[in-house]
Order: sequence, then C-alpha cells, then structure tokens
Amino acid sequence: MTEATETAAGARKAPATRWLVGLLPVVVFATIGWFLYQGLSLDPKTIPSALINKPVPEFDLPPLPGHERGLSRADLTEPVQLVNVFASWCVACRVEHPLLMEMQRKGVVPIHGLNYKDGPSDAVAWLNQYGDPYDRIGVDLNGRVGIDFGVYGVPETFIVDGKGVIVEKIIGPITPMILQEKLLPLIAKMRADAGAARP
Amino acid sequence: MRGLFLAIALTFAALPAFAIFTEKPLADPEQEARARELMHELRCLVCQNQAISESNAPLARDLREVLRERIAAGDSDAEALDYMVQRFGDWVLLQPPFKPETWLLWLGPLLILVPGAIIAAIYLRRRPTSARAGTPLTEAERAEVARALTGQE
Repeated sequence: MTEATETAAGARKAPATRWLVGLLPVVVFATIGWFLYQGLSLDPKTIPSALINKPVPEFDLPPLPGHERGLSRADLTEPVQLVNVFASWCVACRVEHPLLMEMQRKGVVPIHGLNYKDGPSDAVAWLNQYGDPYDRIGVDLNGRVGIDFGVYGVPETFIVDGKGVIVEKIIGPITPMILQEKLLPLIAKMRADAGAARP
Repeated sequence: MRGLFLAIALTFAALPAFAIFTEKPLADPEQEARARELMHELRCLVCQNQAISESNAPLARDLREVLRERIAAGDSDAEALDYMVQRFGDWVLLQPPFKPETWLLWLGPLLILVPGAIIAAIYLRRRPTSARAGTPLTEAERAEVARALTGQE
C-alpha cells in the first residue's frame, strides 16, 4: 500500500525527468556505438609519425657497391624530394617499385633511397633486375638511421622539403591512388610554396 | 596422451623465456637491470601489443640494442624513453603518457564512475526510510513473531 503511493507520487513529481532518465542508456549506448563504429575504419597499423614537421635526422650513409652517390642529410636540397626506405627482402617494396620507376621516368620528383638492413650485393642485384629509380642511395646496414627516422615497417616514404623538414610520411607501398590523391597535390603545393618564398 | 600434451605445453611455455638471452647483456648488472626494466615499457612497433622485451622481431632486437647503448652512455630512464618517443612517438610507450590528448583516456573511467556514484547516492537517499531502517514492529506483531518462532521449535 505504501509502496503504491510512493510510486504514484514519484510519477506525479517529475514525468519529464523520468523520461530523460529512461533515455540516458540509449544516449550512452549510441555514444559508445558511434566511437566503436569509427574504430572500424581506423587502421591500427598506421601510427602517426613523430617526425612530421621536424627536421630530417642527421645522417651520412655510404653508397652501394658500384654506385657513386651515397646519401646524407646535406644532399636533401631540392624544394621537394622523397626519401624511400627500401630493401631487397621487402615484398611490399616490389609492389611499389614500378610506380617509383614511372615517377623517375617522368621526372615527377627526385627520389632518394635508404637501403634498410639489406645485404648490399642483394640490393645491387635487386636494382639491376627491376631498375633503379633512385637519384642517391644510402646504405643503412645496421638500421640505425632507420631508427632515427622512426622506421618500423618497410617500405616507408618521407617527403622532405628544401629546408630538410619532413612534411609527410607514407607508410607501406605507394599506390597509384596515394600518388594521385595525396602525393602529387602535396608536391605541387610544396613547389608553389617554395616558388613564392623565393624573391 | 597426457604426457604429450604436457610436453607441448611446456615447449610453448619455454619459448618466451630464452628469446632474450641470446643477446649480450651490459657489463654493469645495475645498468642491465634498468635496461631490462625499460624493455617492458617499450612497444615492439611491428608486433603492436608486445613489449620489446618479449619479441624476437628484428626491430625489437635493434631497439633493445639501442636502449642498452643509451643506458650505457649514461641516460636516465626518462631520457632513454624520451629518445625512443622522439623517433617513434608516444605510441612506442606501452603506457600512454598523461597529457591533454590522453586526458579522456585516463579520466574516462572517472567520467562514468562519478556520475554513477552520484546517481546511486541520490537513489539510496530517496528510498523510503521504512525500507532503509525498517519501522519498529507493533506490540501485536512482536507477539505474533514470538508465537511463530516458539511454535516451530
């Protein structure tokens, strides 16, 4: 009897509040659901680089046997250039390799290679077989320069501006889609910016 | 049959144990202990949710080597970790640092707990006093209870 009067009193007191309280679980569920749904389209393998908008680490690497030009920080003098981390043992590097060759043929942008933890003779054989798209190649035998670049998966491609600052980083192979939608517009923009900055 | 299962189980149990011992430890045991400790805090970036202390991935091996070098060169624990963060970002730390970007992560549980506690407190206070303490029984009720209890004995 007392209980019935209590409930009736509660219902009379604030029907709007009760309605809102009833809605609360729905709101909480929708919020959590939304975040989880967003998570579905995130790639857990893509880690934001700590080096974006930071200068390229100091390095000076020797060339491959039979090649003349090694790669050092001081060589990155163009308004835009790519530093592509590759290795002959890296399967995904072969996937992006034809695209790099095409970019080199068309003179899209200077591409430098960072040969990461590779056997130098293996790397030379690889380049002889599939073609050499690189302007300069530095040999990073023990992977220490790679660590300074924050490399954790090959291939990785760094887009470096004329001041030696890393503007963008592409993890994994460059695909035609990445080239069209991301890389080419970025290169054009960086060239335009560099042109505007020059007197 | 049981022996076979035991043998398989033991084989896999032993694998992580010898993964690390193929490397040359630091000469100073105190430094080596610190380096080992830090290895548990750094993520093996290629294997995602494993510490570099327990991974045999080449990058994990390299990072252990770099870490030992930093400690041997006289880095403090914080400096050695910072060296890694500068190269790989906060993600290299298995325990995310407390900073504006991660406030929601660290304080999120409180965001649920505190309102929950408030709602619970309000609910418990609103409950009719009779339900909380119980109204004292009338004389007649007492007599009835006593009768029932003695009657059963």
